[in-house]
Amino acid sequence: MLKFERVSKRYHETGEVLTDISFQLKAGEIAFLTGHSGAGKSTLLKLIGVMERCSQGDIWLDGENLCQAKQRQLPFIRRKMGFIYQDYKLLQDRTIFDNVALPLIIAGFSYQEVLRKVRAALEKVSLTGKEKKYPYALSGGEQQRVGIARAIVNRPPIIIADEPTGNLDPDLALEIMNLFVSFQQLGVTVLIATHDISLIDKMNHRVLKLSQGRLVSG
Amino acid sequence: MKRRRQTREINYVPPVKQEIRQTKRAGGDFIDKLLAYRDAHVFALFFSLGRLLRSPFNTLMTLAVLTVAIAIAAGFQLLVINLQPLSGSLETSAQLSVFLKNHISDADAKKLAETIRQNPDVSDVTVIGKDQALADFKSYSGFGDAIEALGTNPLPVVITVLPADNIKKQAQLEPLQHALQQLDSVDAVQVDTLWVERLQSIIALIEKSLGTVNALLAVAALFIAGNTIRQELHSRRQEVIIAKLIGATNGFIQRPFLYAGLWLGFVSGVLAWFVVTVLMLLLWHSIESVLRLYGGSFHLLFFSVADTLKLIGLSTTLGVLASWAVLQYQLRYAVPE
Repeated sequence: MLKFERVSKRYHETGEVLTDISFQLKAGEIAFLTGHSGAGKSTLLKLIGVMERCSQGDIWLDGENLCQAKQRQLPFIRRKMGFIYQDYKLLQDRTIFDNVALPLIIAGFSYQEVLRKVRAALEKVSLTGKEKKYPYALSGGEQQRVGIARAIVNRPPIIIADEPTGNLDPDLALEIMNLFVSFQQLGVTVLIATHDISLIDKMNHRVLKLSQGRLVSG
Repeated sequence: MKRRRQTREINYVPPVKQEIRQTKRAGGDFIDKLLAYRDAHVFALFFSLGRLLRSPFNTLMTLAVLTVAIAIAAGFQLLVINLQPLSGSLETSAQLSVFLKNHISDADAKKLAETIRQNPDVSDVTVIGKDQALADFKSYSGFGDAIEALGTNPLPVVITVLPADNIKKQAQLEPLQHALQQLDSVDAVQVDTLWVERLQSIIALIEKSLGTVNALLAVAALFIAGNTIRQELHSRRQEVIIAKLIGATNGFIQRPFLYAGLWLGFVSGVLAWFVVTVLMLLLWHSIESVLRLYGGSFHLLFFSVADTLKLIGLSTTLGVLASWAVLQYQLRYAVPE
């Protein structure tokens, strides 16, 4: 599903941030990406989302080389991934329904399908009945679940989460993590970047550890 | 689930084809997709209107400035539309002044006038007798005292000849002028077309400068509308970035902004039409009375249906164009971080 082949990323200002990264995630596999701040976690995720381009090597997603992808292909590549962010990145002036529906509207679904799929996604994250509320009226945990619903609503084959529990207390964090595990059980590939070691220990899944831009375990 | 897998496998194709495939991928048949596409456009149309109404002061300011720019251009255009028939009819309003020899009396002149009237190239004649000529001269020239000092009336009888309606060009006047010149009692024939020529050249000048002035106003309108779209884009930057992260194409992101430009252009076009029309109605009487001084029956022309459609169509196009230009430039800088 996702394959890194000797990937490096260099910035003009800071030098090499990622060095010679190689790993592979199979379809339906779940893995944690961990490491200290500045170890290159965010950069690695940005390479997957093609928000940054690799300096060297290849990243394969579902048979497509992300490092060689043309600019105009990016929207279609991004529709195959569900991204989840620490700060949720919700549209504050739109209802929960509109937020979750956005990927479907972008992909050009008809209204009936949007309605059906948004309801299904909100049900999966236990937010049924909050469609008409605005993000600011929800708690942090609820907002993160809206973010998750938006990531899964178009049923992408891979979900990538960047510190999804960074702003949540331990109980909520565990709840969110269990949600990811439930997706994995449905055959979705899940990659979660986090520095919450205690949580990772509890989960007992594959761990990719970054240190100073190199993959030291996984 | 099965369908999704299938379409994913055929996704490794050049982007142009992928665009078509994308509509397929989203499920449903072609008609469904078409309807969804239409819905997206209708949604963007009203969503953009809602956004504009949400910042009424800003929108109103933009509309006001746009309307003024478009109204000036439209008013100028209307002025030319009104001047064109005017210049055409003035051409035919040229008249000939026939100066008779000094010894010809008023009575003889009247007889001569009747013979001239028989000429098919003549529509009307007026005799200005010696006494009337003197009175006119005194009142218009201010040299009345000087004339009186002469003791006698030095002014000849003048017959003004109005050419027939079918004579439109100055060249056509020449045979008539020549024929009148041949008459025994005629001293001189003068064609009064110089002032018409002057007016015509002024109208031509206005028509020529119209293009330049309207082009400048169009550029101004582009910048005004473009600046408003830029502000709107700036205030929705976060939204644009999120949409890009979720996989929105540039086309999708641009759509509501293009519709915002369409609204601005359309509404200011309609407003400009009203402004010019109301101004015309207010000035109607004074303009008509001025025009009537030049004789004939002139009617003030308002925008025709075609002119109205052209005006609103052009202003709408300007709005969309401004929006498009700003988006081409600005969207490059709204990239996900």
